[in-house]
Amino acid sequence: MSDRSRLRIVVLRVIVVAILSTLLGRLAYLQVAEGATYRKAAADNRIRAVITPAARGQVLDDRGVALVRNRTALVVSVTRSILRSEPDRGADVLARLSKVVGVPAEQIALAITPCGEKLKNGDIASRKTGCWNGSPLQPVPIKSYSSDHPAEVRRVLAIEEHAEDFPGVQARYAAVREYPHGSLGSHVLGYLGPLSEEEVAKAAYKDRPSGSLIGRAGVESVYDEQLRGVDGVQRLVVDKDGTVTGTQGTVEARAGDNLVLSIDSGIQQVAEVALAKGIAAARARYDRLRGKNFTANKGTAIVVEVGTGRIVAMASNPTYDPTVFVGGISTQEYRTLSNDPGQPLLSNATQGMYSPGSTFKVVSTAAAVEAGNPLLGSYPCPPSFKVGNRAFRNFEGEYFGTINFRTTLVKSCDTVYYKLAYEQWLADGGVKNSSRAREVFPNEARSWGFGTKTGIDLPDERSGLITDRGYKQRLWDQTKQVKCARARNGYPEVAKTDPTRAAYLHLLAKEFCTDGYRYNAGDAALFAIGQGDVLVTPLQLAMAYSALANGGTLYEPRLAKGFLSADGSTYSALAPVKKGKLASTPAVLAYMRDALRGVPQPGGTAQTAFAGFPFGQVPIAGKTGTADVQGKAPISWFASFAPATAPKYAVVVMVPEAGTGGTTAAPIAREIYDAMYGFGGKKALLGPGGVLPSGLPVVRPDGTIAPPGTKVPKPAQRLLPTPATSTRALGGPLPWAEAVRRRSGGPT
Amino acid sequence: MTDWSTPRVSPVPLRPREVSLRERALDRTSPLRQLDWVLLLAVSVLVAVGGLLIWSATREKEIALGLDPQAFLKKHIINAVIGLALGCAAALIDYRSLRAYAPIVYGASCLGLLAVLSPLGSTINGAHSWIVLPAGFQIQPSEFAKLAIVVGMAMLLGEKRDGESGPRDGDVLTALALCALPMGLIMLQPDFGTTMVFIFVILGVLAVAGAPARWVVGLLVAGVLVGGFVAPHVLKDYQLDRFRVVANPTIDPSGVGYNTTQARVAIGAGGLWGKGLFQGSQTQGRFIPEQQTDFVFTVAGEELGLVGAGGIILVLGLVLWRGLRIASQATDPFGRLVAAGVVSWFAFQSFVNIGMTLGIMPVTGLPLPFVSYGGSAMFANLMAIGLLQNVHMTGREL
Repeated sequence: MSDRSRLRIVVLRVIVVAILSTLLGRLAYLQVAEGATYRKAAADNRIRAVITPAARGQVLDDRGVALVRNRTALVVSVTRSILRSEPDRGADVLARLSKVVGVPAEQIALAITPCGEKLKNGDIASRKTGCWNGSPLQPVPIKSYSSDHPAEVRRVLAIEEHAEDFPGVQARYAAVREYPHGSLGSHVLGYLGPLSEEEVAKAAYKDRPSGSLIGRAGVESVYDEQLRGVDGVQRLVVDKDGTVTGTQGTVEARAGDNLVLSIDSGIQQVAEVALAKGIAAARARYDRLRGKNFTANKGTAIVVEVGTGRIVAMASNPTYDPTVFVGGISTQEYRTLSNDPGQPLLSNATQGMYSPGSTFKVVSTAAAVEAGNPLLGSYPCPPSFKVGNRAFRNFEGEYFGTINFRTTLVKSCDTVYYKLAYEQWLADGGVKNSSRAREVFPNEARSWGFGTKTGIDLPDERSGLITDRGYKQRLWDQTKQVKCARARNGYPEVAKTDPTRAAYLHLLAKEFCTDGYRYNAGDAALFAIGQGDVLVTPLQLAMAYSALANGGTLYEPRLAKGFLSADGSTYSALAPVKKGKLASTPAVLAYMRDALRGVPQPGGTAQTAFAGFPFGQVPIAGKTGTADVQGKAPISWFASFAPATAPKYAVVVMVPEAGTGGTTAAPIAREIYDAMYGFGGKKALLGPGGVLPSGLPVVRPDGTIAPPGTKVPKPAQRLLPTPATSTRALGGPLPWAEAVRRRSGGPT
Repeated sequence: MTDWSTPRVSPVPLRPREVSLRERALDRTSPLRQLDWVLLLAVSVLVAVGGLLIWSATREKEIALGLDPQAFLKKHIINAVIGLALGCAAALIDYRSLRAYAPIVYGASCLGLLAVLSPLGSTINGAHSWIVLPAGFQIQPSEFAKLAIVVGMAMLLGEKRDGESGPRDGDVLTALALCALPMGLIMLQPDFGTTMVFIFVILGVLAVAGAPARWVVGLLVAGVLVGGFVAPHVLKDYQLDRFRVVANPTIDPSGVGYNTTQARVAIGAGGLWGKGLFQGSQTQGRFIPEQQTDFVFTVAGEELGLVGAGGIILVLGLVLWRGLRIASQATDPFGRLVAAGVVSWFAFQSFVNIGMTLGIMPVTGLPLPFVSYGGSAMFANLMAIGLLQNVHMTGREL
């Protein structure tokens, strides 16, 4: 054999080895490195999951009245990916659809454009222009038609009858949420929205199809898991033609539990109407200090059962009708809601933070006694009190002589508290940030629940703000570098446009850089009257007054009272959750409860609002608050509870930019009390003995819901462990969620 | 001093010794002692595994149609037995007479290919490469044409010449002319895959024959140029799409990319150990078309995993390695060129077939040697192995 042949056989050998290595390498890559991906693809290939959505549970009030229920509606939706495969990119279809549903074709086109995509005119699709933030493969709801309007439904069903003219458009019946009382309790109830593609990728939603509805706010969000039930899934094995060759498993749909709230729809209704009326009245009043009518663009009214922490009513104004979210909120509607200066989507009760003003004086009184001042002592109430070189004045320069705590609360004297807080501040070391400082006032406030979230079963609650020496020091440590740099260099970029403001900011930065860590006497004095740095949510104040009323137990506020299974066969009640004890002694609390009875009576700050109120039948204890805000009219507060002798309910009302507590907030609270107890010719909303039903509503054998106490065949009670820690109610699975599943025989 | 005049007489009678059959069989020169047993064993393993894979791929469908679930398995076994007989014939036939038969084999193949293009030919699965015979038999002449090309080339280029290290330009041209006819006929079918096999067999034989490097390199370059510039104009759109899919497997997953995507999913899902024979969801759900023939490797990938499918690649490698060993040990150029041609054929065809299931080669209608279902291919392949054994037994340069 020639050398050349020999050499070429060697080359052939090399080629063969190269070929084999290539194949082996590629094979190993596909099977080992990428194996997981392909295993999933193979499984997806073979299994088709057919999902039967579970009926979502209703949301009921304490008497079993449905606040949220389900109905069927015809929803017209458009799938963009199908539309765009048309020769004219779907222009023709949109024009036809526009005629049927009466929505301009351009608006539909914008509504189905994915957010962030560039439009023809160069703009980026956004909430402002209208856009779809879900999956592009998912039908985008355009309009939904209630089955109450058969004529419209018939007209729209033409879309399905002439499906060939409407590729990518579908009109399908869907179970949708219905709110029989419109906007009633919308901030409590919340609304539903479709799961986006990104969310489905997260572990928490992994077994839910994109586009399926999930609670987006309110109790719909917090109790989504219980309300949702378990979707029925039939897992079919198919071959390449989609022919079903077997079933891999079937999970029957289990309807979600009905959620029973402690909200009483009657009192909620009264609270919302009274709040709206009070706000309207404030807007009609002339503010002589500012030379215009009060702005009063929002407000809240809260009713709490003081012995349990259950929320009976929680009104927030302005409000919205959650019906706009049904079948997908239109871009225009969402824009209107988001751009409203009153922020109707936010709950003022839990998501707004305000200076509590004089309503805070119950905390300061308790703190002053804690600091060593006698409860029954006398204290001078001069028109003004000098702290350092600055005079702190009473409201409108009032002067009441030497008075006891009862009178300071009833008349709301500020100077007494300035002095007490100043003395404590001096005792704590003055401007020195000593670690031995007792910080009696801030610590007392914390024990009343201020500065931390209440733990209510609503999402996105704010925690308020309580400041002290430690807080100031930490804040200064964190920001001094930036602020001191500003103190050296000023604000040249602001100075270019606004030299005056730049000079002001520079001054502030210099002051902060040198003195920012100091807890000044002024800080302490303002703190004692609920001004300055103190911020609270109205709900925090309501829970604090509930604790004062019930003898010192601070409860976690709760909206959910329990769950009823859809067929009524099982139920579970939620026990009240204690959050803590007030630091004050029962004697101090009893003294203040008694003292606050004077506020709505003649001589008190709320006497006008409660003129003619039958205190003999139901004594009211309350405190007004008028919290000054820089450059605005004061926040009007009224915090109260009744009956003062054996408190059952606390009522807290707040309206910002609305004048004194006595003029705006107190009349709203009075109207709520009148309705609850049936004064002024109204029918009492509270039951016999001035209380609301304590049990859960019951489900009749036919599936309808009856008020608590109705005699029906007795359902089995579920054994529930009391939630150990409150925070879990908002976070992961609730402790009793497992119990609910086990009892009802669902998958565990 | 030796007495030269005295005739030397054997002490025993000079007549052929009586040899028993057993002795004959165990004689150093007997075919049984001369056979390449490793090669035979490797091919047997491939045929046997092929049977299992074909069975797994066809079982469900046959059941669904109410037919015998083992029908394809049985036909595969019959094909293998017939192929074995043909292979024995090829192995035992006299070398010299084989060279005499070469022109006949060549002529018969060309006639067969012509017949395919005539009204006798028929189209099965989009390929117009079949002759349908009575009683349900089909013949694919292009498979036998591969054999004819190997033998024909070896005959032309394997003439012994003194003082020459390889064929001259004239010989190369003659050999190319010889190949031009069957190649042209196959391109008319059109069968792009088989054409490519021809080109690689020609390259392999020319190279090992010691043809001038300019021819080998020149043909290679010409092949690339034709592939790169002429093919896009000549090939039909669906054929071009098969190339585009390799570059971008995500295009059109329900159309052109379907086969390759499903094949890759099946193989990838197999993992290290596979899902077990008859347990692959892709295979049993019949997601892969042509699975018992061109895509048989996907069954191995899904059900036998890296261990099984990798094993098949290694056994194929063993077959190729033994073939190259036979080529390098062959005493005469004809045998060496036959071996080189057969190795080139199997190497290229295995690479393209497995490569397309792995998504690194375009989809062509080339079966996996010994493993895929198909009579003509099995016959031609086993005859080629018979030829390798023949070369092995004829003489070795040790």
